[in-house]
Amino acid sequence: MPHDHHDHFHHEGMSPSGHPYRADDDAPLSYWQRMEIAVRELLVEKGNLTPAEIAAQIEAMDARSPANGAAVVARAWSDAAFKARLLEDASEASREMGFDIGPLHLIAVENTQDTHNLIVCTLCSCYPRNLLGLPPDWYKTRAYRSRAVREPRSVLREFGLDLPDHVTLRVHDSTADMRYIVLPARPAGTDGMTEAELAALVTRDSMIGTGLPRQP
Amino acid sequence: MAERVRVKPLSPPGHVRAPWYLRGKEGVIERPLGAFANPEQLAYGLPAEKKPLYRVRFTMAEVWGDRAETPDDTLDAELYGHWLERLGAHAP
Repeated sequence: MPHDHHDHFHHEGMSPSGHPYRADDDAPLSYWQRMEIAVRELLVEKGNLTPAEIAAQIEAMDARSPANGAAVVARAWSDAAFKARLLEDASEASREMGFDIGPLHLIAVENTQDTHNLIVCTLCSCYPRNLLGLPPDWYKTRAYRSRAVREPRSVLREFGLDLPDHVTLRVHDSTADMRYIVLPARPAGTDGMTEAELAALVTRDSMIGTGLPRQP
Repeated sequence: MAERVRVKPLSPPGHVRAPWYLRGKEGVIERPLGAFANPEQLAYGLPAEKKPLYRVRFTMAEVWGDRAETPDDTLDAELYGHWLERLGAHAP
């Protein structure tokens, strides 16, 4: 038994393994949390929604992941006609692949040898959730939202991406109804790879523009 | 021919989706996006008119002046037609 030492003793306020106990992180509900609960309970009480429907919707949203976007990117890398349709209307192209993206208005922006794209929402945290799932926490921070438009190349360097001077950076601020996905450039040395193999190279950050796809 | 526009330098009260840092700045229409319900009314649960929405492209030099990190890099944002003044077309 791991804790059955004969010279065993406890410091006051320490866990059996000798670390200080961490304070619980539960705090009183915020104004907005209370409002969310009140509205949800009213909707249920009035028969507009059932708790099961709300749980199912949360489950559906949690099930969306960057893998959906990676599949779209891999298809575009493999099929020139699909890529043309994606750049023309990314919502329709995503639906064509069977992704239920609801009313999402999606624009795909293409990285090339001389253009790199970066997505941000300075006003809040707009993100193509219906395709890629929930945004990473840093995407919603004031630091990312303000610095991505003010000093995007410095931000990219902090993500490990040092953009050469000859590459033009295009920053896209999702200020209204559109959502954006970056179509990264297909990495060299991937000839003959299947769509599934290609999709495994596509990272979430490469579709936001803060990274590049993995090298094979 | 890219159509030049200026974001109106207004500061009305209430919910708007024209970012502060672009007000008064000049750019070109990258593409029209169609008509969408005006968020300035939607935000208050009011019946919202459909307003034309545009993607406008600015240079970093235009947005940040001498402090731009790389002057020729660009910034695209979505702006509603009622926030834009047309400056007339010019050759790109």
